[in-house]
Amino acid sequence: MSRVDPSQVDLATQLAGVELANPVLTASGCAAAGRELHQFFDIALLGAVVTKSVMLHPRAGRPTPRMAETDSGMLNSIGLQGPGVDAFCRHDLPWLVERGARAVVSIAGHTIDEYAELARRLRAAGGVTAVEVNISCPNVEHRGEVFSCDPVAAAGVVAAVRRETAPDVPVLAKLSPDVTDIVAVARACVDAGADGLCLINTLLGMAIDTDTMRPVLAAGTGGLSGPAIRPVAVRCVYQVHAALPGVPIVGMGGVVTGVDALELMLAGACAVSVGTATFADSSAPMRILTELRQVLAERGVHRVADIVGAAHRPPGEPTVTEPKRSALPAERRVGRS
Amino acid sequence: MNGRSGPVQVPAEVVATSRAGAYHRLTVAAPAVAARAQPGQFIALAVGGPASALLLRRAFAIHRADPGGPQGGTVEVVYAVRGRGTGWLAERVAGDSLDVVGPLGRGFTPPPAPLPCTLVGGGYGSAPLFPLAAALRAGGCRVDLVLGAASADRLFGAADAGGAADAVRVTTEDGSAGERGRVTDVLPDVLRRSAAGAVYACGPMGMLAAVSALSAAYGVPSQCAVEESMACGIGVCMTCVLPVRGDDGMTRMVRSCVEGPVFPGERVRWDDVGTVPADTVGAGPALRVVAG
Repeated sequence: MSRVDPSQVDLATQLAGVELANPVLTASGCAAAGRELHQFFDIALLGAVVTKSVMLHPRAGRPTPRMAETDSGMLNSIGLQGPGVDAFCRHDLPWLVERGARAVVSIAGHTIDEYAELARRLRAAGGVTAVEVNISCPNVEHRGEVFSCDPVAAAGVVAAVRRETAPDVPVLAKLSPDVTDIVAVARACVDAGADGLCLINTLLGMAIDTDTMRPVLAAGTGGLSGPAIRPVAVRCVYQVHAALPGVPIVGMGGVVTGVDALELMLAGACAVSVGTATFADSSAPMRILTELRQVLAERGVHRVADIVGAAHRPPGEPTVTEPKRSALPAERRVGRS
Repeated sequence: MNGRSGPVQVPAEVVATSRAGAYHRLTVAAPAVAARAQPGQFIALAVGGPASALLLRRAFAIHRADPGGPQGGTVEVVYAVRGRGTGWLAERVAGDSLDVVGPLGRGFTPPPAPLPCTLVGGGYGSAPLFPLAAALRAGGCRVDLVLGAASADRLFGAADAGGAADAVRVTTEDGSAGERGRVTDVLPDVLRRSAAGAVYACGPMGMLAAVSALSAAYGVPSQCAVEESMACGIGVCMTCVLPVRGDDGMTRMVRSCVEGPVFPGERVRWDDVGTVPADTVGAGPALRVVAG
């Protein structure tokens, strides 16, 4: 295995036609709109900032306790607290644009019409690199009916947002792992016009306080995130990439290190979002970017784009990271050497 | 990026640890944090080591920030062991390294002109009141300190209180130290005798609610440092919210880590903490509690 100078690794990645300087993004709901993290590192150095899902109107969210720490993870039931899209477009989006950050704006609504209206307001505001359609928040009413649990409902939302979004701005559908067949939902979203997919949102979970003998969270249930769910994320990305190899995927779920980011990219993600890790380490996205560069260099990878989906190659087939063997035809290699 | 006043994330060496009754003291060398810290601010520590299954930071009010000294600037916190994270912290020894983020949050605001000030601490909630007392006295304020706890071992700082304030009252619920009762039993007397113009408090929510109400009844504005459960400490996770009235009279769910932890007592809707009141900005039918 030939080592590469870490500074020479090409980290540029294509996300549905948009070139990002590198594949490390924040995860929606874990970075607010960038301001707080900018105290610790320059957020413009990330591939993009994915903002907390914004709704049409201000929203107070759920009662406290909203958080429970679990083994290698946490449950949250924030309930999409936020200032509403108008305040977001007035205060947060221009701030990101002024700092040179790529803004992937996450939106959430109760109805297809609300999603469409959100897309219209973002289009009017401008400065949006991509729109993430959050159809999978487990902390809203009618959890059992979240759009991403039903391919037809998911497609309806995606089609409406795609219709109202500028043609050069990709629309990414964020999906829930809490479904029987995530490929079916992914396919429905792509058929409806999604340019890419974000996998995965939190898993619905619960913790019970064994002293009070009541649920820990005021809302009862919450979304599980953190390293505990990473194997689920890897599985979902892998399955969807296998079924829809041409569809760009932003992978997320328990990424704490550069190696974790690499794992999701090997499964098929062209970019990776860092979420819960940011709560533990305010600099996590930037640290993970540095680590990713290092782990790619150690594996002899010159271009990160070359290893996207590399885990799908047949057993025994060499990757670009291994020294050339004259016995193997070059076209069998994944990516470029 | 970061100015001189914002928080920093630094590796910090443990300089000293000790027990204080039921509590633990921890001092770390963190010059950049010490130089920025204001009374009432806090730090957030990563716990469990690099391979830890505990992902969330633990937030602790700053008890002492010493920008000088042989270590080049130290910060001291006081905490109670409540679970695996603080249990791990209690096993740290001098020379160990901790990941520290701070100083965080909005601290106490001193009065614009010297006033008699009453400081009320419940349990180890008294920890941040000591640097506040020093700052207030340096600014020409008389300081009355009221310390209370369930029992003598749960008082913090009672031994040092005499040197930190102009007068001290101590209460314990079991009578094992000071006067038997609660801080609110002696607070009216302290407010009257000192002609207090400002109250500063830190402790359990119930105590803060009572202190805030009593202060208001005596026409004295209060500043209360709350302790809400946090995941990040820096304002991105939205877990540490409580209902607070703004300048416009409207109630919002605000983050205790960045808008607080110190709030004007009369602005906090103490009776509604743990709920989203129906008149909160953005409250809606979607806020039905499923299992609470």
